[in-house]
Amino acid sequence: MKQLFENIDDPELATLDGYSRRGGYEMLRRALQTEPQDVLQEMLDSGVRGRGGAGFAMGKKMSFIPKGTMDKYLVCNADESEPGAFKDRELMQKNPHQLIEGIIIGAYAIGANKSFIFIRGEYKYPADVLDAALAEARAAGYIGERILGSDHTLDLVVHRGAGAYICGEETALLDALEGKRGNPRLKPPFPAVQGLYKGPTLINNVETLMNVPVVMRLGGAEYAKIGTETSTGTKVVSISGCVQRPGNYEVVLGTSARKIIFGLAGGPPEGRTIKAWFPGGSSAPVLPGTDEYLDLPYDFDSLAKAGSMLGSGSIIIVDDSIPIVDVALKTAKFYRHESCGKCTPCREGTNWTVKMLERVRTGEATPMDLDIMASVQEQIIGNCLCVLGDSMAMPIGSMIKHFREEFEAHIEAAREQNGLGAAIPQVNRGRQAGPYPMLDPADVDPTAAVA
Amino acid sequence: MAIDPSQVPRFAHGSRVPGWDDSADLTKDPAVVPDPATTPVPDHVRVAIEAQMAKYPDVRSAAIPALHIVQREHGWCSPTAIEQAACVMRLTPAYLTALATFYDMFSTTPKGRHDVYVCTNISCSLLGADAVYEAMLSAAGDDPDFHVKAFECLGACDIAPMASVDGEYVGPLELEDCARIVEDVKAGREVLPDKQLRKRKAAG
Repeated sequence: MKQLFENIDDPELATLDGYSRRGGYEMLRRALQTEPQDVLQEMLDSGVRGRGGAGFAMGKKMSFIPKGTMDKYLVCNADESEPGAFKDRELMQKNPHQLIEGIIIGAYAIGANKSFIFIRGEYKYPADVLDAALAEARAAGYIGERILGSDHTLDLVVHRGAGAYICGEETALLDALEGKRGNPRLKPPFPAVQGLYKGPTLINNVETLMNVPVVMRLGGAEYAKIGTETSTGTKVVSISGCVQRPGNYEVVLGTSARKIIFGLAGGPPEGRTIKAWFPGGSSAPVLPGTDEYLDLPYDFDSLAKAGSMLGSGSIIIVDDSIPIVDVALKTAKFYRHESCGKCTPCREGTNWTVKMLERVRTGEATPMDLDIMASVQEQIIGNCLCVLGDSMAMPIGSMIKHFREEFEAHIEAAREQNGLGAAIPQVNRGRQAGPYPMLDPADVDPTAAVA
Repeated sequence: MAIDPSQVPRFAHGSRVPGWDDSADLTKDPAVVPDPATTPVPDHVRVAIEAQMAKYPDVRSAAIPALHIVQREHGWCSPTAIEQAACVMRLTPAYLTALATFYDMFSTTPKGRHDVYVCTNISCSLLGADAVYEAMLSAAGDDPDFHVKAFECLGACDIAPMASVDGEYVGPLELEDCARIVEDVKAGREVLPDKQLRKRKAAG
């Protein structure tokens, strides 16, 4: 079943004519004939959850926007920077009008008169496509004053960012859109109450907003029948890494992960097996490539129960030829680079994690360092204004948990290779964790411990 | 053992800590909003920035678009470029410099005209992006026209390993493609027409 990827490769779909011929903007007409409250009710009934990462119910988010006349805003988050995610790029580039239609209907439901698409600056071509589509929509009277003779007025601006992962975080995105450095804000107040220019703001991911016309077409109740009870609808899954057919696949939520990884993407290259996989982009805790996890239904709740998350729906496959230390180091380096520096646990935690992983790589670390590294991850989670630090802490923490033996073997091998001799016994100063018993300091020869 | 702070050597910028960004010249007065009478701004730059400012309820929102405009004009976010944007937007140069140093696409040091961003993030590096980056660096050599940069995930993991050449996404790249990229850019041709992402069909 395809809702967003129907005829996706037809070049006509990106034009107003082609989109209209396939019933495009019909849902906008229908929505404008009903009350905003009715549109909101359809969204609530549909149970559609945010496709950007957090998975918050879109209808509920819309209902948090205060009623009444005031400057309200709708912002489409198209700052897709999560490693492994590339669904919004393909959607915007090939089906821009469905996004624009979704934005107009969404803005009508919450009473917003000004909307923005915040697209990452690197997406030059998709932004050009959006600009062209927007010009067509404006000329056809879908954007502007009194849309199609109704009382609804909406302006839409395509705003190009300039390269910062943090701007995908909603409050950092608002700061960037206000012309500041992309630093997250303290919440509450949540953007629904005080967001862009201090007005109530609805922020949704590209794919979420593209589902709005689909919900309107099917009706909320009917839409809710697709997928599982708590994860409704279809999801565009980006699959990449060590697979034979990487790309975007639209699947019904609840499809088994095995079917997506092996059935659609062809599984890992010939002769290899899956060592680990990120179910929801690089921010999601990794899962081992065992049957227990591969047979999970791919939906929000099943993955959360398994200790990971669906996130943006981006699967990255790591096969058995890749050392897990390299993956951990790449991940940590990315978050260190992208940390905005506002909160200490994230700024320092990402930096120290990289340093520790580098020591693991060269064999300078001891297995005890893995405990310290795990505790650093725990200190980051939940202690910052936004979840960027958590986004590193969760995958790194899960890698240490699932692949501890490999980390230890790596340390031993690297130590031998670099001529560092046998591991030095250390007093476990930190939290007692893992298979390492607390040593009595009296048993340790202090002269031997200092190397 | 107490540390005597006066014994800790100072860095060239005067502080005892290495510093994160470029240090400020403390002997100068803070720069004020540039005077339009003494700051020449090319007309087309002014018009472009003003058009951006008109789009937003708050003109400051046009700061990032304005920096894109002056960077395109000057090749990098030079002090002159930032001064021109600041002059049109009626902001201090410091405000815009703070933005230019924050965002990866702006460069506050001179760079080549052609941006080649090689993605070296997880999905790409699983498939050999680090080698592609090295090959790209050696293919570009010391040609001053090229600005080769290892970039964080560019959102095209389906064509990993990939690069963005002046905004055009190309991949999956082989090591020998790097030399072709350099040739194509130099000749002013379309870059790797057979590997452009925009021509690729969706997986399903």
